[in-house]
Amino acid sequence: MASAMEAPVEVPGRASERASVSRRRLRSGLLFGALAVLLVAGVIASAGVGQLTVSVTEVIGALLRGIGIDTPWAPASEITYEALWQIRFPRVAMSLLVGAALAVAGAVMQAVFGNPLAEPGVVGVSSGAALGAALGIVSGGVLAGVVGTASMAFIGGVGATLLVYVMARAGGRTEVVTLLLTGIAVNAFAGAGLALVIFVGDSAAREQIVFWQLGSLNGSRWNEVAVVAVFAVASSAIAFALARRYDLLALGERTAGHLGLRVERLRIVSIILVAVLTGAAVAFAGIISFVGLVVPHAVRMVLGPAHKLLLTGSLLGGAVLLVWADLFARTAVTGAELPIGLLTSLIGGPFFFYLLRRARSRQGGWA
Amino acid sequence: MSHTPQPDAPAAASAVAEPPAPVLPPAFHADRVGVSIGPATLVEDVSIDVAHGELVALVGPNGAGKSTLLSVLAGDRAPSSGAVAFDNRDVRDWTPGDLARRRAVLAQDNQVAFPFRVWEVVEMGRAPWQGHPEADDDEEAIAQALTTCDVAHLTERTFTSLSGGERARVSLARVLAQRTRAVLLDEPTAALDLKHQEDVLRVARSLAHDGVAVAVVLHDLSLAAAYADHVAVMERGRLAALGSPADVLTSALIERVYGLPVHVLDGPDGTPLVLPRR
Repeated sequence: MASAMEAPVEVPGRASERASVSRRRLRSGLLFGALAVLLVAGVIASAGVGQLTVSVTEVIGALLRGIGIDTPWAPASEITYEALWQIRFPRVAMSLLVGAALAVAGAVMQAVFGNPLAEPGVVGVSSGAALGAALGIVSGGVLAGVVGTASMAFIGGVGATLLVYVMARAGGRTEVVTLLLTGIAVNAFAGAGLALVIFVGDSAAREQIVFWQLGSLNGSRWNEVAVVAVFAVASSAIAFALARRYDLLALGERTAGHLGLRVERLRIVSIILVAVLTGAAVAFAGIISFVGLVVPHAVRMVLGPAHKLLLTGSLLGGAVLLVWADLFARTAVTGAELPIGLLTSLIGGPFFFYLLRRARSRQGGWA
Repeated sequence: MSHTPQPDAPAAASAVAEPPAPVLPPAFHADRVGVSIGPATLVEDVSIDVAHGELVALVGPNGAGKSTLLSVLAGDRAPSSGAVAFDNRDVRDWTPGDLARRRAVLAQDNQVAFPFRVWEVVEMGRAPWQGHPEADDDEEAIAQALTTCDVAHLTERTFTSLSGGERARVSLARVLAQRTRAVLLDEPTAALDLKHQEDVLRVARSLAHDGVAVAVVLHDLSLAAAYADHVAVMERGRLAALGSPADVLTSALIERVYGLPVHVLDGPDGTPLVLPRR
């Protein structure tokens, strides 16, 4: 018996496993390659296109000069250089960060709820943040400033996340129905709160609230970028460290526990991660919905559900999506700027509908 | 088809040298265990041991408390009264990681939330060994578990695309890949065809032969009689009988517990066969 044990075990499954490993490597290589190209192209395009058009070489030259490398490509005019570094680059950086944070938050939330339909926007986290921001804007004083509004949005988002978590779970699982109903309840409550705040506020505050809700990356500044970066990078790093545990969670909390996972602890840490990621993303940029739904889902279709790849793909995919969406939002209409949140919802809404239909037909019901 | 316990298991080696199975301490020792939820009593005053090298079948009608008892043995649920010791220590005192390296559990309902491939699902059974020297055996443990459960041809399929019986076997493979010295199986045969039912019990039997403590919830009494060392009959939360299949599975007891008249026949291989009187 012992000698039989030492011989390499060759089973029929191994050959096909190996063949498909190389197939999957190819597929993930292609996806990551495409995302990287899209990311670089998006950054350069977004930085170059606008009222002041800057050539590709000038964008690259300005970037290099900014980090201390002088090249002949650096823009000749000081105004172009300053415009890139004061206005375009922080905005591009913000779009990358917000997109990545929202997509990672979506992937983590779906892992925790064991449900591909969980998304910060759908379940009401974003509207919680909106309520917080609106309260800040109306209250005047310190809270009405950019930082104050962002902090209030952050608090609102975290509060709504915790509320959904407590309300939507039953017996370790979250059914689609419960999740969506909880989302409806949280959205309705936050919506009512928002309406009340708008009713109370003066017309300037109203306008500010409305535009905050529509979502925009306009006027991003480096200090704001830095704040979002700290939260987004730290939370994403923790999420990556937990990737293999999220895989186990797919077996259901009981079985995951049998495999040695401290399920309750993982869930609480993850919910905080989602709240921080979403809160950081919406704090300055306003509501940008459906990124956390669409991106992880698309990545999962190509790379499969294993979370290490899924989180990496989502991070890149979210950044790519938002940098291009922001470019489109800025340039689609001459002389005006489309709210980016409107754009993502325009794509995300129908996609969500499609997912719902599919989940229903697959599972033969709404469970 | 043989299962290998982790290296710390002395049973397999010593069993070859001296045929009579060595006397091993009980893996699970339940002492007067009771479980109540509100006014409902699910399990009451159950004392049972499952020793290393022993296959114990838990049988009984629906709602008799078999799965509840199993979840108490697994450490999922704290008993309302009494206590469960696992490897000489209260089962609730083990850390989840240590427990996962010593006992594996097959739950009744096995779902996977996302379309993971069969290979990945079985690989999850190796998670407790991550960062331990045993992790070097991952590949081999997975391959062996896949073969043993007759699912090696499914490795590239997604779990969500499998039939009920295939899911059950893949989940069992995940449990085997965990390579623990104790295994709890909750109705592993429920969705299986005739051949795979026998296969699963044969696997459980060979685990026990290698020194693993095995407790299985079963509905098929003849199956329990053929493979178990001991049969525990549960009746409304209580232990109605516990002993060797021949002693326990009498028509009088079965008729009382299940409320159904039965024939208990001597099978051709000497194990009792239980048939409803029709």
